[in-house]
Amino acid sequence: MGIQIQNISKKFGTYTALDQIDLTVPSGELVALLGPSGSGKTTLLRIIAGLETPDTGSIHFNGEVATQRHVRDRRVGFVFQHYALFQHMTVFDNIAFGMTVKPKAERPDKKHIRKRVNELLLLIQLDNMADRFPSQLSGGQRQRVALARALATEPKVLLLDEPFGALDAKVRLELRRWLRKLHDEIHVTSVFVTHDQEEALEVADRVVVMNQAKIEQIGTPEEVYDHPATPFVFNFLGHVNLFHCRESDDDQAVAIACLNGIDTGTVGYVRPSDICIRRNAEAADDIAAEVIFIQGAGALPHIELRRLDNGETVHAELPRDQYRQLGLKTGEQVFVHPTNVRVFAPNYQI
Amino acid sequence: MTTKTATLSSTSHQALTEPKAVRWLLTGLALAFLVLFLVVPLAAVFVQALEKGLDAYWAAIIEPDALAAIRLTLIVAGISVPLNLVFGISAAWAITKFKFRGKAFLITLIDLPFSVSPVISGLIYVLLFGLQGWLGPWLSAHDIRLIFAVPGIVLVTIFVTFPFVARQLIPLMQAQGVEEEEAAMVLGASGWQIFFRVTMPNVIWGVLYGVILCNARAMGEFGAVSVVSGHIRGLTNTLPLHVEILYNEYNFVAAFAVATLLALLAILTLVAKALLEKKVRH
Repeated sequence: MGIQIQNISKKFGTYTALDQIDLTVPSGELVALLGPSGSGKTTLLRIIAGLETPDTGSIHFNGEVATQRHVRDRRVGFVFQHYALFQHMTVFDNIAFGMTVKPKAERPDKKHIRKRVNELLLLIQLDNMADRFPSQLSGGQRQRVALARALATEPKVLLLDEPFGALDAKVRLELRRWLRKLHDEIHVTSVFVTHDQEEALEVADRVVVMNQAKIEQIGTPEEVYDHPATPFVFNFLGHVNLFHCRESDDDQAVAIACLNGIDTGTVGYVRPSDICIRRNAEAADDIAAEVIFIQGAGALPHIELRRLDNGETVHAELPRDQYRQLGLKTGEQVFVHPTNVRVFAPNYQI
Repeated sequence: MTTKTATLSSTSHQALTEPKAVRWLLTGLALAFLVLFLVVPLAAVFVQALEKGLDAYWAAIIEPDALAAIRLTLIVAGISVPLNLVFGISAAWAITKFKFRGKAFLITLIDLPFSVSPVISGLIYVLLFGLQGWLGPWLSAHDIRLIFAVPGIVLVTIFVTFPFVARQLIPLMQAQGVEEEEAAMVLGASGWQIFFRVTMPNVIWGVLYGVILCNARAMGEFGAVSVVSGHIRGLTNTLPLHVEILYNEYNFVAAFAVATLLALLAILTLVAKALLEKKVRH
């Protein structure tokens, strides 16, 4: 089921949480709402669920207006950041809850409920834990139970509010891959909120980047990462180096590194992995810099340098073999050369 | 190696506690205080009650006026506790799970009975419903008697014991938040289903705890009840009032015999409370 969001605004007192949001979630897609805390992403998710009422605008499910529909009639599944499992119920009863509260006429019989819960327990790989209580489970297990509980009523839309936010790094990684696999199997339209760009880029079909109550960019993970529409998106999706542009040639990349000319106020954005480090100046716009810190562990060794001309810091990430070849040491003088420079209109602020 | 760890652990243990003398002194002081102010008076009640033997003790309790006082106390508690259970749960539910105007005012109102002296509470009812009171003429015209009658006693008891259940539940329900209720709502549960299947099971021990305290106060209330009851023997005397009357008549054995009933109630309440606390912690 597709979701259409039209012109949604929401204020809490004087604080604007959402400002005229338009968004379409195509049927069967897994969409990530990505943004820093306070960007309005959770509020948007709660409005889709019906847990919050928008001040203006409307929500449509498959073209039908759902704005006035009560939460319990929207047929959405919701997964909370802190699981919100029913503490006094077993795993089995938690998952069965949605089915057992249906009106008598619609309620499946006991045998059917049992069968469905067992299916879901197999799906979340907790089939031997049906009689445990939530307090006897680990965080990752709890979140899987919460997901099974949300799926039990066969919702048309699955909404997840920072589903992996409370888990440790390793479990997070496993669980988000599992969620991706699960989505490929059941294809329920899903929206999940996260502030972790890695998570959004890895799991989602489409990423919606939000900032200060507005949507900055909507696109596939490749689109938002490789072609960020705004400085904010560029900055939020990874580390970034800023280079103040100088007035000279029309070629952006050269203009930025050019040491002569007048500062035009334009800023060039370069990812640390797009910074070249070499021992000898090879181009006119190479910048002399001193190595001040090396973090050699990890997939991409991280080098911190200080420009000799204006003292600004430059972050670089090198592939391991290149890092070994260069054999950099702290205090050494080298040359950096930015590539893949992105320039945005000068009035933009991060 | 073993000796080394042993010395280490004993020194670190010593570092965390006070010298022996200080520990004994503090414990001794606390115990002495407890014995002097709680155990001795309680024992005195039983000693006085049994001074003239078990027969006299028993006679004081099965005497008709005493039995009437017991009956009335049970009736008053039997009416006010269930009512305050309903009021308390509704108030706590409304305050913790919903947003509305005047919430702070409602919380203040719930605390009012605790902040007003019980005697004043009783006087307010006399002023309102007594013969000379604002509603008195209307009530007597319709032949309704509240003051110096059982309904008045029930009313003041409800007033005085109102905060117990609500006060017990509000922090508990506040700490639990609304996430579980929201989860139930998204899953399609109705308001009643949420209340009985999600909210109540989470606070049931808190509710029982509140009921125990509420009951103890309802049975033991003296000041407010004393003002509105009129002390009519066999009719409007609750147990605490009966004790006072007997005592004023220098009938010490009977007074203390009836007092032992209240003392036993207090002990029972404390035991029940301790058991519940143990249960809640698990």
